[in-house]
Amino acid sequence: MELLRIDRLTAGIEEKELLHGVSMTVGSGETHVLMGPNGAGKSTIGLTVMGSPEYQVTGGRILFEGEDITEESADRRAKRGIFLSFQNPVEIPGLSLSDFLRNALEQISGQRMKLWDFKKQLRAAMDVLQMDAAYADRDLNVGFSGGEKKKAEILQLLMLKPKLAILDETDSGLDVDAVRTVSAGIAAYREQCGGSLLIITHNTKILESLTVDRTHIIADGRITAEGGAELIDEINRSGFEKYTERAI
Amino acid sequence: MKQKTQVADIDRSLYDFRYDEDAADLLASGITPEIIREISEEKGDPEWMRQFRLHSLEIFAKTEMPPWGPPVDGLNLDNIVAYIRPKSRMNTDWNDVPENIKETFERLGIPQAERESLAGVGAQYDSELVYHNVRREVAESGVVYTDLESAMHDPRFAEMIRTHFMKLVPPTDHKFAALHGAVWSGGSFVYVPAGVRLEIPLQSYFRLNAKGAGQFEHTLIIVEDDAYLHFIEGCSAPKYYEAGLHAGCVELYVGKRATLRYSTIENWSKNMYNLNTKRAVVAEGGRIEWVSGSFGSHVSYLYPMSILNGRGAHAEFTGITFAGAGQNLDTGAKIVHNAPETSSHIDTKSISKSGGISTFRSAVTVAEQAVGSRSSVSCESLMLDSISRSDTVPVMDIRTDQADIGHEAKIGRISDDAVFYLMSRGLDEQSARAMIVSGFADNVSKELPLEYAMEMNNLIRLEMTGSTG
Repeated sequence: MELLRIDRLTAGIEEKELLHGVSMTVGSGETHVLMGPNGAGKSTIGLTVMGSPEYQVTGGRILFEGEDITEESADRRAKRGIFLSFQNPVEIPGLSLSDFLRNALEQISGQRMKLWDFKKQLRAAMDVLQMDAAYADRDLNVGFSGGEKKKAEILQLLMLKPKLAILDETDSGLDVDAVRTVSAGIAAYREQCGGSLLIITHNTKILESLTVDRTHIIADGRITAEGGAELIDEINRSGFEKYTERAI
Repeated sequence: MKQKTQVADIDRSLYDFRYDEDAADLLASGITPEIIREISEEKGDPEWMRQFRLHSLEIFAKTEMPPWGPPVDGLNLDNIVAYIRPKSRMNTDWNDVPENIKETFERLGIPQAERESLAGVGAQYDSELVYHNVRREVAESGVVYTDLESAMHDPRFAEMIRTHFMKLVPPTDHKFAALHGAVWSGGSFVYVPAGVRLEIPLQSYFRLNAKGAGQFEHTLIIVEDDAYLHFIEGCSAPKYYEAGLHAGCVELYVGKRATLRYSTIENWSKNMYNLNTKRAVVAEGGRIEWVSGSFGSHVSYLYPMSILNGRGAHAEFTGITFAGAGQNLDTGAKIVHNAPETSSHIDTKSISKSGGISTFRSAVTVAEQAVGSRSSVSCESLMLDSISRSDTVPVMDIRTDQADIGHEAKIGRISDDAVFYLMSRGLDEQSARAMIVSGFADNVSKELPLEYAMEMNNLIRLEMTGSTG
C-alpha cells in the first residue's frame, strides 16, 4: 500500500529552486534509500516532506496515505505519523528530554499518559540504544556529543512510533560502535512498529542489518536513477559520476 | 487537544475579579500631614512611629522623582488612596475572615496552599493583614510570624522593631521610600531565633482590591545566627482603569552563618506602578538567596539589594522578568561587597513580547576592604518579536584589585529552527514557543517550590497563548 507519494515536487529557499520536479513513492513497511552527492537536494526532500517553513513548495504535491499534505504545518504531519531524524538536532535549554518526549507523545496521541507507563517505555527504549538513564533528565540535546544527539533522535523515533521515518544522515560522524547501536535502534523500530523508512545516507554501514526495497539516486535536484538494493553496490563501486551526467 | 486562544486581558481572569469597597472606609485621597496623623491615630502608633511618619512625609515633599528608569507620569499621587481599612480585624481563624475577602483568597488558593505545604500564612487585603496563622510546632520553636503593627505593640519586639524599621532602607533613599515611611500599613514581621531551621516555607500574600489604592506593606525579617528561613511572597491585584501604586518595602537581616531565601512571584495587574524597595544585610558566613519572578504591573522599579557586611557572606539572585504589551519593567539586582571573601552570583532572564520593554540593571560594588571577593553576573534576554525591547545596564564599581569579577550578557530571539524541531514532534506552534520560553525561564522555576514553579509556568503559558495565530 502506498504511504508517501512525492509528485513532481519543485521547492527551494527564497528565489533559489533546489528540487526540480522530484517524484517518488514509498510503500507501507518498505525501506528506501536516498543517495546522491553533496548538495544534490537529499536533505531538502526530508525537510520539505516534514514541512519546514524554511522551504517553499512552488509546484507539485506531497501525499500521505492518499491525502494532500503539501500545505500542512509540521505538527499536523507529525500527528499523521511522519518523523524526521535531523542531521543537526537543535539544542533546547531548560527543556528536559523526558518532559519533551512526554509532551510530544501526549500531543500526538491526544490523550494524557500515566507517568509510570511513560517511564517504563522510555527506560526500555533507552536500553535498546545503550543510553545512560541520566540523559532523560538532561536538557534536550544541550551539551550532547554528535553521537548522543543521533541516539536521542532514534530514541524519539522509538517512542513516537511514526508510520514513516526519514533518517537524514543519522550515521554521519559516528564511530563504528555508535553506528551499530543506532542500527539496532532502527531495527527495533522496524520490528516494533513495522513502519516505513526513507534513509538518506552516504554510508552503507547502517544498511547492513536492513533489507532495502528500493534505492533512489538524486543529483542536482532531480531523481536520476531508481532501482533495488543492487544500485547501492554499484554506487559504492563507481560513485555518482554517471548519474550526475544523466541529470544534465 | 484544543488550544484556547485568548486575548491578553482575559488571561488574567483568575486575578481580575474584585469586590466593591465601602466608600466610608476610604480616607480622603492625597497625602497630607492630616492624612498621616489620621493613619497613625487609627493604627495607634507609638509616638516614635508617628514622628517617623511625619518626618518621612517632609522628606517625600522635598524629594524629586527618580531620575532613571521608565516614566511614571501616569501616576497621580493626589489620587492614590493611601490607606484603606478593610471591615475586618486580624484573624487567626480562617472562618472569621469576612466572606468576600475569604472568597478572594480562596480563589487564589491561599488557605489551600497553607493546608498543603506551608508553615505559616499571612494574607493582606488592601492595607491590612486580615489573616495570619502559624502552625503550632513552628510557633513553639520560637519563630514569630505576625503583622508588623501587632509586633510593634508587643513588649518583646517593640524595641527590635524600633531599631530595625527602615534602617536598611531609610526614607531618604528615594521619593517612594519616603512615601512608604509616611503611609506604610500592614505587612509582616518574622523573627527566627538563633539555630532554628525552619524546613517548610512561610508565605505572605498581598492583594490590592480597591480602585486607585496604594499598598504600602512593610516586611521586616530577622533571621538570627545559624538559622534558616524560606519566605514566599505573592502579589496580585484586579485590573482597574485608574492607576494603582504599590510602594512596599522589604528589610531583611541575616545573622552569622544563617540563610534566608526570599521568593517572590509578582503578578500585579497591568495598570499598577510597582515601585518597591527590597534590601538585605548579611553577617559573617550568612547567605541571602533571592528568587524573583516579575510578571505583572504597568511600570516596575525593582532592584533587590544585598549588603554583604561579614566575612564570607554570600548573595545569590535568580530572577525572571516578563514584559508584555504596555509593560515597562525596570528590574535588576544590587550587591555591595563590604567584607573580605564575600561572594555573589546574579542570574537573570528577561523576556519581552508584544511591544513590552524590559530593562535589566545590575550594580556590583566591591569595597576596598573586600579582598578575595568574587562576583559573577549573567543576564540573558529573549525578545519574542521585533517590536519588543530589551536593554541591559550593568554597572560595576570595584575598589580592590584582589577580586574576581565576571559579567556575561546575551540577547536573542526564539530560533525558527527550534520551533520547527519541536513542531516536527507533534507540538503545535504555540506550545512549541511556550516550551522554549518556559525552558528559558528554567533558572527560576528550578528554584521555586513545585506549586509556584507550576504557577509560573502557567503564567508563561497564558502570556504566550494568543501571541500567535
